[in-house]
Amino acid sequence: MRDVAVVAYSAWNGVEHERNEVEILMPVVRDVFDKVGLTKNDIGFTCSGTSDYLAGQPFSFVSALDAVGAWPPIVESHVEMDGAWALYEAWVRLQHGDLDTALVYAVGKSTMGDLLDVLALQLDPYVLTPLWPDPVSLAALQARAYLEKTGKTEDDLAAVAESRGRRVDRASGYIASPLRRHDCPPITDGAAAVVLAVGDRARELCERPAWICGIDHRIEQHQLGARDLTRSESAKVAADKAGASGVDVAELHAPFTHQELILRDAIGLNGATINPSGGALKANPLMVAGLERIGEAASRVLDGSAAKVLGHATSGPCLQQNLVCVMESR
Amino acid sequence: MTEPLVAPHVLEWGYTRSLGPTLTAFFTGLRDRKIVGAKTKTGRVIVPPTPHDPDTGEDVDSLVDVSDEGVVETWSFVSHPRPKQPLDRPFAWALIKLDGADTAMLHVVDGAIETGSRVKAKWRDETVGYITDIECFVPA
Amino acid sequence: MSEDVTGIVVPIHLDYTYTPGVAASRFLRHIAEGNYVGQRCPKCKKVYVPPRGSCPTCGVPTDEEVELKQTGTITAFCIVNIPFAGQAVECPYVSATIQLDGADIGFYHLIQEIPYDQIHIGMRVEAVWKPREEWGTTTESIAHFKPTDA
Ligand SMILES: [Zn+2]
Repeated sequence: MRDVAVVAYSAWNGVEHERNEVEILMPVVRDVFDKVGLTKNDIGFTCSGTSDYLAGQPFSFVSALDAVGAWPPIVESHVEMDGAWALYEAWVRLQHGDLDTALVYAVGKSTMGDLLDVLALQLDPYVLTPLWPDPVSLAALQARAYLEKTGKTEDDLAAVAESRGRRVDRASGYIASPLRRHDCPPITDGAAAVVLAVGDRARELCERPAWICGIDHRIEQHQLGARDLTRSESAKVAADKAGASGVDVAELHAPFTHQELILRDAIGLNGATINPSGGALKANPLMVAGLERIGEAASRVLDGSAAKVLGHATSGPCLQQNLVCVMESR
Repeated sequence: MTEPLVAPHVLEWGYTRSLGPTLTAFFTGLRDRKIVGAKTKTGRVIVPPTPHDPDTGEDVDSLVDVSDEGVVETWSFVSHPRPKQPLDRPFAWALIKLDGADTAMLHVVDGAIETGSRVKAKWRDETVGYITDIECFVPA
Repeated sequence: MSEDVTGIVVPIHLDYTYTPGVAASRFLRHIAEGNYVGQRCPKCKKVYVPPRGSCPTCGVPTDEEVELKQTGTITAFCIVNIPFAGQAVECPYVSATIQLDGADIGFYHLIQEIPYDQIHIGMRVEAVWKPREEWGTTTESIAHFKPTDA
């Protein structure tokens, strides 16, 4: 295996009324290049994560490339998944041995369409989508099952929200019981970019590369009623395979408060600082938030404040799919 | 500061989906006001049925009828339904394990609900072979 | 006993509110004033119209605005004879890519005021605007392109 490290990270998130995806992404890509003094011509492989359904346009990812520049023709790939899975593909591509650097980016403008309707389309098209269940309601089914099984309460959920910087209002009504506003992620636009580099190239580019010492992703069956929603076996297996023990900082992609508790149970993060960035409860740009978790965790190694960190990404309803990336300083 | 330019954009289409033998049995069952599940080789009954065991990927063994009445495993009450959702009044989403099934199916419940509540399908007057042939579940 | 249900139709409807982005918004506001304004790449100097805010070759913002003439050259065209759903113009019609003088890429518009069998690649054309009161932040402010008199 070749040693691959995150050498730079940049991101922007918020609610964007004016700029299009390319205009959101371009400054982020420029910033991540500036951090390591590279240009697009220095990049061996480019891989992105976006969703055509957010853009309402098939093959929308080809125009996102305008933010990078694709002439002379570049080596490029794309996943219709969170950018964390694009990072996984780039890591695999760098294992081939012929390329030394990769640009990974994600962009998503969730506010352009009706995100809750869009996400109903990720479900079984025969028996679920025709009912148009929204992701908050599905998460709420999981939250209740989790609370009733563990004996935890809505106060435990509120405590998670509070520690991620959300203003907690226990008197506010339910969005979908037992979830209140502070248990749910905001709808956010955003873009993120990461530069990966191999071995000596990584050491040349930055002082403290965040070396990827383990990366793994696992998925469970799609049918919600056939899963035990109260735990995340896929996150547990991915964390075990990635070597998650002993991390100082963990960035968990938990859009809902109870999902952070389920992930903490699954990954077993004894003593680790969790989500210093605020995580997905602070900003949850779809397709981007998972790559942000890896980037945020890597930044703690890049800035010298942590020795071993974990970035996690999730996809699908109720934590169906989970990716864990463990990084360390050397 | 000028206001950003905006324009509405609507995507609208219908997917014509062929069902295959397993879902043909399920949707034909709905039209005939009964619920069909799939029994795996290990004896587990999956509802709604899948052609393959979701755990192992093996072909299922057979199709079996299950009850249209069952138990609420988990639920969420929604005060403000969204326009496309099945009911236009406050309702609960629920995962319901039907009698005779080993997995729970998602549908909506109209009426008082708790985990463990017994509920029963309320069929539409006219059924066509669609998941909303069950208008909702109601307390049994 | 009726026949088996072997297929279903699942209707999908999604609503979006599109924003064209900063660069295209500026372009469209110029159109509403009767002007074609592109943007120049600071690196390769190519001029894009309509601009999308970045140079797709260099991957950098194209901030400099360039007012273009309303004459150009047909770089490709086709005659559309077959109606399709959502079609805005009556058949037959000619759709062409037109490269405006001073621009480095072409864009689509209609060619009219000439028998279709006389249209050719390289033909010089100019914009024909709708009446002033029909101008807006849309390229439909231009009715079509026609051959230049010269
Ligand atoms: Zn350029």
